[in-house]
Amino acid sequence: MGQTLYEKVFNRHVVREVAPGQYQLLADLHLLNEVSSPPAFEALRERGLHVRHPGLTFGSSDHSISTSGRADDFADKQAAGQVAAMGRNMTDFGLTYFDPAAGEHGIIHVVGPERGLTRPGMVIVCGDSHTSTHGAFGAIAFGIGTSQVRDVLASQTLLMEKLKVRRIEITGSLAPGVYAKDVALHVIHALGAKGGVGFAYEFAGAVVDRFSMEERMTLCNLAIEAGARCGYVNPDRTTYEYLHGRDHAPRGAAWDRAVAAWEQVRSDADAVYDDVVTLDGDAIAPMVTWGTSPDQSAPVDGHVADAATAAEHGWTDDVLDFMGFGPGQPVLGTRIDVAFLGSCTNGRLSDFVAVAEQIRDRGFRVAPHVRALVVPGSQRVRAAMVAAGLDRVFADAGFEVRDAGCSLCCGMNADRLTAREVCASSSNRNFRGRQGSPTGRTLLMSPVMVAAAAIAGEVTDARQLFART
Amino acid sequence: MANQANDRRILRVAGRGLALRGDDIDTDQILPARFLTAVTFRGMEAHVFADARAAAAAAGAVHPLDDPRSAGARLLVVNRNFGCGSSREHAPQGLHRSGIAAIIGESFGEIFAGNCVAVGMPCVQADAETIAALQDLLGTAPQTVLSLDLEQRTLTAGDRVFPVSLAAGRQRQFVDGTWDPTAVLLAAGPAIEQTLAEVQAFQG
Repeated sequence: MGQTLYEKVFNRHVVREVAPGQYQLLADLHLLNEVSSPPAFEALRERGLHVRHPGLTFGSSDHSISTSGRADDFADKQAAGQVAAMGRNMTDFGLTYFDPAAGEHGIIHVVGPERGLTRPGMVIVCGDSHTSTHGAFGAIAFGIGTSQVRDVLASQTLLMEKLKVRRIEITGSLAPGVYAKDVALHVIHALGAKGGVGFAYEFAGAVVDRFSMEERMTLCNLAIEAGARCGYVNPDRTTYEYLHGRDHAPRGAAWDRAVAAWEQVRSDADAVYDDVVTLDGDAIAPMVTWGTSPDQSAPVDGHVADAATAAEHGWTDDVLDFMGFGPGQPVLGTRIDVAFLGSCTNGRLSDFVAVAEQIRDRGFRVAPHVRALVVPGSQRVRAAMVAAGLDRVFADAGFEVRDAGCSLCCGMNADRLTAREVCASSSNRNFRGRQGSPTGRTLLMSPVMVAAAAIAGEVTDARQLFART
Repeated sequence: MANQANDRRILRVAGRGLALRGDDIDTDQILPARFLTAVTFRGMEAHVFADARAAAAAAGAVHPLDDPRSAGARLLVVNRNFGCGSSREHAPQGLHRSGIAAIIGESFGEIFAGNCVAVGMPCVQADAETIAALQDLLGTAPQTVLSLDLEQRTLTAGDRVFPVSLAAGRQRQFVDGTWDPTAVLLAAGPAIEQTLAEVQAFQG
């Protein structure tokens, strides 16, 4: 009987079974950020412990860091202190730091893959829920809390139970103007924000096979919003071509041995799954969320849930009160105040290229009442944007191009919504208060849809706005 | 209950309950992001559900956490996917430091539930009917003492006893007092490096 990638990789990393169904699992890559790691380092110091494998541990400051290009531009003294503490901890414990002072920083889920740290067959942990992103490479990658960060620093291991595996096949092909973000929001809508609790999601099918690595990262990034602790795609030629030549990728004969090993971690053709779901890729439209949970979404030409649909899902009236929508209202035409292009979901070069291709040399301008931010996921992404002239394309259209960071996704830095502002956002969460204002409102959509909303000043169908006749 | 200072066993959690109704209550709601730039968990209890409580007060309503009838509650009774979203341990740390000692729910965000183990605050599951019965009971009789027995995996509320579930390994961590697992993990010793060597050899 065949095995899934999840079972193969999990089993290979088991140090021992500690209790029935509970395993001590080895992590072969540990990524750190400045928000979840400081109390873990504090605990190491209190307990007189050291970092067991500094060579497997890498950090970046992303959540509370400034994106304005000015080093002292923190939201408050506490945020400044947090980034300073990160630098000290990385130095004191001898760990590799993508130092903002050297312009090396970025969102850790963008930096890890672009440096070739993320590779197939690994168990990757990080004190951040969007660690699921790294599953795009055929790794088991999941978020952990600070106490587990402490444990992994001290022992390179943590306690884990096995997840079930649900294979999600996206068949057919995507229509023009439909992106990986739309596929992810469609999956979350179809299976629910809690549908994946207890599961790892294996994404497969013709659509996923054709996806680039950056598209697969967008898809796996959002697995956690589907309730799945991790998502993954089986590695293939696309994976290997992306990895080849990157800083930490194996070279020479080691490369060939690695590819041979990676081929073995793919799910077997006769693997047995706990569940299989098939979704029709041709039927997916650009998606927009209208609520405060990522499964509360509609196609761009669709509507906010009516009373019957809300009742069916157990969604309460206070969601629409918070968002300022009426039941059954069209999503199209919703006025926005802010547009955000970036985040670990959609802050990679291909995301910005996709938008730039639509707006370059066409005279589009951000609507006068809209504040539009373009925030690269890493300083390397920023450099690549500048090299390709994308910064000028965005600036000429009225977008503000910033330095790398989580920015307006997470409400921990100076980039925040104010009051009841509505933000068209390429990020990952529409939770209440997520973007830094307790009453601020988030509409999740693809980067191209965000750009279209920025230009129109309201939610619009990017396929029509950007149509070339 | 054990009374030695170094005995960390959690066999039973008893006290008044508090119903927090609703599915998909995310950790951004439990502990809003702007409080996460601290480099310590000390004081996190001051920020638990800060925005929801402020919004309720502004609307002339009372958030369940501020309802004097539930003051001093030690057990939270919640619905589906409680603690979904962000991995921030600040959320369970804040709840625990505000006096919550256990959570009973239909289901939990998995990172949150794992963090709760590490904090020493059991999350146990019960079916929808049990949760509804408990939440209704707490609505009409908030003084009711709930008693969670982690060895038997039962929850007693007044004269009713409900089964609850908890993964075997986690149950053992509470009952053994090894919910802070660093020492258990380190006890594996060279087996860790043995596994690492095998993994690295496989990767070529």
